[in-house]
Amino acid sequence: MTDPLHRPAADRDTLVARARILDAVRAFFRQRGVLEVETPQLARAVAPEPHIDPLPCRDGFLLSSPEPFLKRLLAAGSGPVFQLGKVFRAGEVGRLHNPEFTLLEWYRPGWSLAALMDEVAELVQAIAPRPPAAMMTYRELFRRHAGVDPFDAPLDRLAAAAPSPPPIGLDRDGLLDWLLVERIEPALMAAGGLLFVTAYPASRAAMACIDPGPPPVAQRFELYLDGVELANGYQELTDAAEQRRRLEQANAHRRAQGLAPLPIDGFFLEALAAGLPPCAGVALGVDRLVMAALGKGRLAEVLAFPWERT
Amino acid sequence: MLTHNQLRNGTRVEIDDQPWIIVSAQFVKPGKGQAFTKIKIKHLADGRVIERTFKSSETVAKADVVDKVMQFLYSDGEFWHFMDPATYEQVALGESQVGETIDWLKEQENYDVVLWRGKAISVSPPPFVVLEITHCEPGVKGDTVSGATKPATLETGVTVKVPLFINQNERIKVDTRTGDYVERAKG
Repeated sequence: MTDPLHRPAADRDTLVARARILDAVRAFFRQRGVLEVETPQLARAVAPEPHIDPLPCRDGFLLSSPEPFLKRLLAAGSGPVFQLGKVFRAGEVGRLHNPEFTLLEWYRPGWSLAALMDEVAELVQAIAPRPPAAMMTYRELFRRHAGVDPFDAPLDRLAAAAPSPPPIGLDRDGLLDWLLVERIEPALMAAGGLLFVTAYPASRAAMACIDPGPPPVAQRFELYLDGVELANGYQELTDAAEQRRRLEQANAHRRAQGLAPLPIDGFFLEALAAGLPPCAGVALGVDRLVMAALGKGRLAEVLAFPWERT
Repeated sequence: MLTHNQLRNGTRVEIDDQPWIIVSAQFVKPGKGQAFTKIKIKHLADGRVIERTFKSSETVAKADVVDKVMQFLYSDGEFWHFMDPATYEQVALGESQVGETIDWLKEQENYDVVLWRGKAISVSPPPFVVLEITHCEPGVKGDTVSGATKPATLETGVTVKVPLFINQNERIKVDTRTGDYVERAKG
């Protein structure tokens, strides 16, 4: 069958189902009193991350996440908010990646991470039903599926635990990423279902609070749906000085990899200093959720016009 | 140099000081973690296939590869000699580099030669060639529909299956990708 590239990749039934899912997401939050907001997708400064590139453009950046703006709203007393919109990540094209994609991000002031995980599970179960979600720490995940301890194993043992040799020059975090994609995610895909992974290494805390440990771990979770990473949540860091230190560290990491450092959003740090209420927040990949709900194998199948067709 | 997101199917790259063509590429990335691009590559001369993975910060060299249409001149038994019809420049390929293309090589005909760093490393035939049958059983008149076939030896030495009505000394068109008979050559 021919499939000319001027035609949409997603068929009409898929687009109808996708629209219904977006409606269901909005209804879910409306019923719970969470306010839908729209914040800039284009901005002059960002919250840098070591491995995520916003899209630079003439007037600034197309953002990889609305997080800094949503936190500025929370600091101003917005109460619970959600945003359902497009975000951008340079260079990410693949079976599960498109450089422009739909992200659902929401924040719950005064909530614990555990309470937020329950809400995430409810939303996902309403759209892509599965047996009740399982729960596992990052350490347990690696012990069970790769036979190594992610915190203590020497680097050569981590390297040897993968089915194929890793690229040279990976540090501990890099080797753990390698094991995750080469060994653990395939195992999770085969098992299927919903799995919350918690207690990430502190080096992977990003914007999450850290439990001192030992070992120190980030109050962060990721939700896997049929082995595909669907959502990432934090007990949000509220300490402005610590947040500044992490953003600067992200830029230092970028420089070390030969990437350009990014301008740090100073208003975001000022808002944290003015007072971000304790809160839990999460970002969820909507295209992947639609994929799972409709039993599709590639992100491109649920997008009208994926990257190859633009 | 190519960055990780320029590693696409069909791109020709130089890895371990050897020329390869990418036959599949897969982008993988844990959300907050490092991106990797896994590629399957096929060696441009010997055809072996291996897998490699690159970090997003790595670059891969583009292979210095040129495709040239060249005329097959002759074989001296050890080398097969080809000539660029525009410049008269000649190159020679060994038996392992000629590979299966040997079945379709006819003097004065044009073939696609791959040059890496200016040296010929492989040759492939056009999708269709016209060759003369040097030996086959006599033709059976009228049988054009039964689908039955018989072996026929072509002037290059290769044997293909042809319909029963085909005769010795006829010229036929053959699909070099499958080795299948297509039709009687016209004219």
